[in-house]
Amino acid sequence: MNRSVVSDAGSGVAFSSRAALWMGVVLGLCLLVTGRHGLAGEAEPLIADPVIEARMAALSEELRCLVCQGQSIAGSDSDFAKDVRREMRTMMENGRSDAEVVEFLVQRYGDFILFRPPVKGATLLLWLGPFILLAIAVAVLVISLRRRGRRAAAVTLSSEELHRAESLLEEKGDRKDS
Amino acid sequence: MTRTIPLVVFAVLVVFFGVGLLLDPSKVPSPLIDKPAPAFTLPQLHDASATISNSDMRGKVWLFNVWASWCVACRQEHPLLVDLARRNIVPIVGLNYKDERAAAIRWLQDLGDPYTVSGHDIEGRVGMDYGVYGVPETYVIDKQGFIRYKQIGPISPDVLNNDILPLVERLQKT
Repeated sequence: MNRSVVSDAGSGVAFSSRAALWMGVVLGLCLLVTGRHGLAGEAEPLIADPVIEARMAALSEELRCLVCQGQSIAGSDSDFAKDVRREMRTMMENGRSDAEVVEFLVQRYGDFILFRPPVKGATLLLWLGPFILLAIAVAVLVISLRRRGRRAAAVTLSSEELHRAESLLEEKGDRKDS
Repeated sequence: MTRTIPLVVFAVLVVFFGVGLLLDPSKVPSPLIDKPAPAFTLPQLHDASATISNSDMRGKVWLFNVWASWCVACRQEHPLLVDLARRNIVPIVGLNYKDERAAAIRWLQDLGDPYTVSGHDIEGRVGMDYGVYGVPETYVIDKQGFIRYKQIGPISPDVLNNDILPLVERLQKT
């Protein structure tokens, strides 16, 4: 018992050190890549206003980059994302609200630019779908449980079966005695 | 009965996934279809002192083609546009998008200039108003200045003959 615990712990250590090595390699590669970007790319001007920067950071995470669709506007280095960020900053500096900025972008690029699609006719199934599926699953579960319960209760023995059962029990009892 | 249910669920999933796989996620429907074309006034590519505006095209059906000399796919669709311009069916206005003037003019000299006129949108501001995110893009705009069609990516002969030209013809009759 004790030995197995010790060997488990040992393999745990081995695993984590290997994982650490891999993490190191991946991190190194990341640094390499970003380091090169840092040299090649041009930094975006930071606006002195930290409030606008905070709003930018929050809002641009909610927007999809259309040319690199897995990424947000905040996370993408594409020209498209840079243009959108520049436009957003300009609008915010001019005192436009977040809602106005979003509306501006949706007018041009459609709802697709939003990571969270708005609730409306075309997206109703998208929003309600999971709940509908859940309701169906619960209904199926309830019905099948009930059916099973009824089947279990419905098992009644005929007098013949009862007699046989009794005789079997008796037989067993006899054998024990002997 | 109980055995067919998983099969039916599976079949439904296959249909959903199949349709999903056949869609092209880079084709994003434009919210601008059937809306008035965003207004713009830009310096012309060949003559910076002259301008081109969407209102100059009022009363005509026209194509608005977004292009750039740095855009590889534009090179692919370009012969088609040159040929279309030669047939004199519909005026093509170019939107030279985030491009250097000299490079753009040289590009047209080398490959032919199908454009009635090109606007020079160096900042890409007009492009943003039109929801441009991948060059080339082409809009069909009707006589009243409404966008009726948007092609994202290069126009293929198939798209031109089956979608764009029939639409242009229909719009020209109204």
